[in-house]
Amino acid sequence: MTVIEQDRPHGFAMKASATKGSGEHGLGWLAVSPALLLLVGLLFGPVAAVVLFSLTDWQLGSTVFHFIGTANFKALFSDPTFWKALSNTLIYAAIVVPGTVLLGLVVALLIEASPGLRGFYRAAHFLPVMSTMSAMAIVWGTMLHPTIGLVNRALGVMGISGVNWLRDERTALLALAVIGIWQGFGFAMVLFVSGLKAVPQQLYDAAAVDGADGILDRLRFVTLPMLGPVTMFVVILTAKRSFEVFDSVRVLTQGGPNYASEVLLHRLYTESFDFLHMGYGAALTVVYLAIIVLLTLTQARLLDRRVHYS
Amino acid sequence: MAEIELRHIEKSYGETAIVKGVSLSIRDGEFLTLVGPSGCGKSTLLRIIAGLEAQDSGEVVVAGRCVNDKRPKERDVAMVFQSYALYPHLSVFDNLALPLRTRRLSFAQRLPFVGRALPGRGGIEMMIRAEIEQAAAMLDIAHLLHRKPGQLSGGQRQRVALGRAMVRQPAVFLMDEPLSNLDAKLRVQMRAEITALHRRLGVTFVYVTHDQAEAMTMSDRVAVMTSGELLQIAKPEQLYRDPEDLRVAEMIGSPKINVVSCAHWTSLGASLPRGVHGNTAYLAFRPEAVGIAAPGDGRLSGVVASVENLGSDIFLNVALGEGHGTVVVRTHPDGSRSEPGRPVGLQIDPACLLQFDSAGMRLRHAEQIEAAA
Repeated sequence: MTVIEQDRPHGFAMKASATKGSGEHGLGWLAVSPALLLLVGLLFGPVAAVVLFSLTDWQLGSTVFHFIGTANFKALFSDPTFWKALSNTLIYAAIVVPGTVLLGLVVALLIEASPGLRGFYRAAHFLPVMSTMSAMAIVWGTMLHPTIGLVNRALGVMGISGVNWLRDERTALLALAVIGIWQGFGFAMVLFVSGLKAVPQQLYDAAAVDGADGILDRLRFVTLPMLGPVTMFVVILTAKRSFEVFDSVRVLTQGGPNYASEVLLHRLYTESFDFLHMGYGAALTVVYLAIIVLLTLTQARLLDRRVHYS
Repeated sequence: MAEIELRHIEKSYGETAIVKGVSLSIRDGEFLTLVGPSGCGKSTLLRIIAGLEAQDSGEVVVAGRCVNDKRPKERDVAMVFQSYALYPHLSVFDNLALPLRTRRLSFAQRLPFVGRALPGRGGIEMMIRAEIEQAAAMLDIAHLLHRKPGQLSGGQRQRVALGRAMVRQPAVFLMDEPLSNLDAKLRVQMRAEITALHRRLGVTFVYVTHDQAEAMTMSDRVAVMTSGELLQIAKPEQLYRDPEDLRVAEMIGSPKINVVSCAHWTSLGASLPRGVHGNTAYLAFRPEAVGIAAPGDGRLSGVVASVENLGSDIFLNVALGEGHGTVVVRTHPDGSRSEPGRPVGLQIDPACLLQFDSAGMRLRHAEQIEAAA
């Protein structure tokens, strides 16, 4: 409040000092109003609209709709495709989050340990993050092609006959998860590299004198604990990103075969824009949002206590 | 129990020589302080003793054993760092336990979860606990054992860092500016506590500081370093009274020793004191070796520029004249007062006059040579 008081126009200051309590209160609201307007306009407003739509039978393009209560939600929860999409999304996240964190961490450690070419390695590993997923998905599509794809040819050289990765119920989701890791670990790597730079050298020195000077001991007693806050951030971010996986699914599998790679966001898109069931899609969105919020809150609560050591 | 011997240690980073051929022997159980301005190579020398830094040439001998190719943990040294370097994710207890666990438990026994179930671990852990509790009681941190370092004050962290060094009972304690992150009052208190700890443990302490007051008050002997060279190593009082080098004389003592070049001395119209060598370039004297007298009579004289009253002492800054610097004079508060602007003569005790040649090396009077011998 002190900063604001300094900037206050003269006349306003007179008025505010006359009714100090309420004046300052009003000023506070005035100061936060731009942010508040944006929040309402861009966040709370749309969310409220989505919640409203989820209670209607509105179809895209239609001019009329009726409130139908929780019918959309009832339909949603009794739809096996929804449960399949939800469990696929969870499996996808369960592979992508640890995969991204581990790969990002290992690559960051390797890059920081190597004396030369750090800049090049960092840039090279960061490239997938910068690229457009839908374009890259096409590249992956050709690589994973059952007959002419690079992956199966390489396997063939080693005498292993590959499968049709994206058309096989057992491997479609796994292939998408690998692509997800490939796309995301560069970002995790960059965050870990910056985290590594912030680890004080004296801690490594202390560990060396204390006898914890092996690679594993250094990792366990210094590097990993000091990377705690970064790791928490990476985990939350990657979890959020894997819950919103869409591009690769849309381009490569369209959720198939037989819903084996159907995920929440793709389901939402298909229902809303392919089948034009906006009400149903909105109900799905509400569930999706609830899951995301819940996820972030739990993670933040659980992890925050364990990574900030005070 | 260990004496340390450094033989011709050299270290440079690229083109810059940090330590230039330092040889030094530290006696068993001694409290030796390395003091010098920042960047003089004292911390590097300490890190070389610890094994955290490899010297380019020279030998480090601890307890009669060359440790050049030994890793820090094999050198039987413990180190206290300026930033304390406590593990922030571990409780104070686990911080203290770490050096013991890494030494006494096998790799498998130290594994999380699994390690606890392995045979032999329970007994060792009980011994470790007992030792930590003993050390914690000694340092008055027993009530903090369950806390994390982030919840402690600077002084408490300092004690934990000392405790971590102490628990494994090393032969040598190395301390790198351990008090410089503390406030002035706590620093004085910890100074006394560290000296007491040294007396109680009786092991070799090597202490690095840029603060000459710490060096003077805590050490058995002080080694003065400047730009990678060891200038003098002696008892604190000897460094103060009998410095070998003008740089040592200037570094030790507060306020700083007064240095007047012979050329200034004569150009100010004063006659050089008796017994000054022909090649003496600088005359130096401590503030307490000067008295205020009437100007003239061939004495060095000047004008009182300012007066600093510290209660127990009053320091007069006497300006010698345009471009000739000032001389600090310590006077007793009960003596006659001097006001700024008053012209005064300086009466210097000839026995306390130190002579240095143009390179800053000490030249002695005949009687001082006798006294030293």
